[in-house]
Amino acid sequence: MAKERLLVLALFVFSLAGCATVPVSALKSPETSLKSRQIEMRQFDTQDELKVLSATASVLQDMGFTLTEVERRLGLIVGSKERDATVPGQVAMAAFADILGAAGGSSSNALSQIDSVQTILVSCVTRLNLEKSRVAVRVTFQRVVFNRMNQVSRLETVNDPKVYTGFFDKLSKSIFLEADKI
Amino acid sequence: MKKFKRTFLGFLIPAILIAGCATTPEEHILDLSENQLKLRSIQTRSFDTNDKEKMMRSIMATLQDLDFVVNKADYELGIVTGTKFAQNQVLKMTVIVREKDKNSLLVRANAQYGIRAINTPEPYQDFFDALGKAVFLSANQID
Repeated sequence: MAKERLLVLALFVFSLAGCATVPVSALKSPETSLKSRQIEMRQFDTQDELKVLSATASVLQDMGFTLTEVERRLGLIVGSKERDATVPGQVAMAAFADILGAAGGSSSNALSQIDSVQTILVSCVTRLNLEKSRVAVRVTFQRVVFNRMNQVSRLETVNDPKVYTGFFDKLSKSIFLEADKI
Repeated sequence: MKKFKRTFLGFLIPAILIAGCATTPEEHILDLSENQLKLRSIQTRSFDTNDKEKMMRSIMATLQDLDFVVNKADYELGIVTGTKFAQNQVLKMTVIVREKDKNSLLVRANAQYGIRAINTPEPYQDFFDALGKAVFLSANQID
């Protein structure tokens, strides 16, 4: 009995002494890295990296992004845009929950918790392949969703392959070159 | 009485441990309390190459492989910054490349997870392992 209590206490102490809870695998290569590379990356049959970079910039502009960071020498373009993030179904559900709450005599406020605004971030990196014969473009999209209280409700990397296919379709049209999968 | 003493001790020890962890908010501005030298060796590696551009491009590719979005890069200053969302927390990382001598480069990385600095060696080891594979060079520990 005393042993058990000691153990609990010891565990408690250890957990406090640890102090930080950074996940150990924070910077480990994820097992899905090859798959996400295939989704996020395409190659173009040109050696002109600047041409690809500038085409990328204009495609992003077409999509309404404002470019926040550009580094020509290293082939980087970063952009962002703010858009509406309201999901009709979510609004209906929240309104329903609030009405139910009110009917039950409590003041729930589910409507203030629903998604309202999202910031979409995009980052494109271009790079000549090892043989210096083709230019690879890798793009990543992230979303930060805010609720009506202006609190961050979700942080996510966009994993939907359709988004990336859509982007590369536009990009290949813009540089008149086929986007080849890696 | 004995039992009371034990219970008291049981609370006191964790309390002291917690207090040991705590810092005033202002102390975090410079965060100089850590063992700087040790931290530097955890976060730094040297690579036997003088191709800064290739190194920086490899850093960007490695960050992307690790699910980061590259936010900033500057060749002249040798800086790359990336952000990753992990378990609804923001993981930020800055990597700086500078010349060590004519034939080698120093790469220093630092990262924070949510509101905490990452000070343990393992994540950095993982990062430099991945980076080493990307540049086909081994990451050497610095003295």
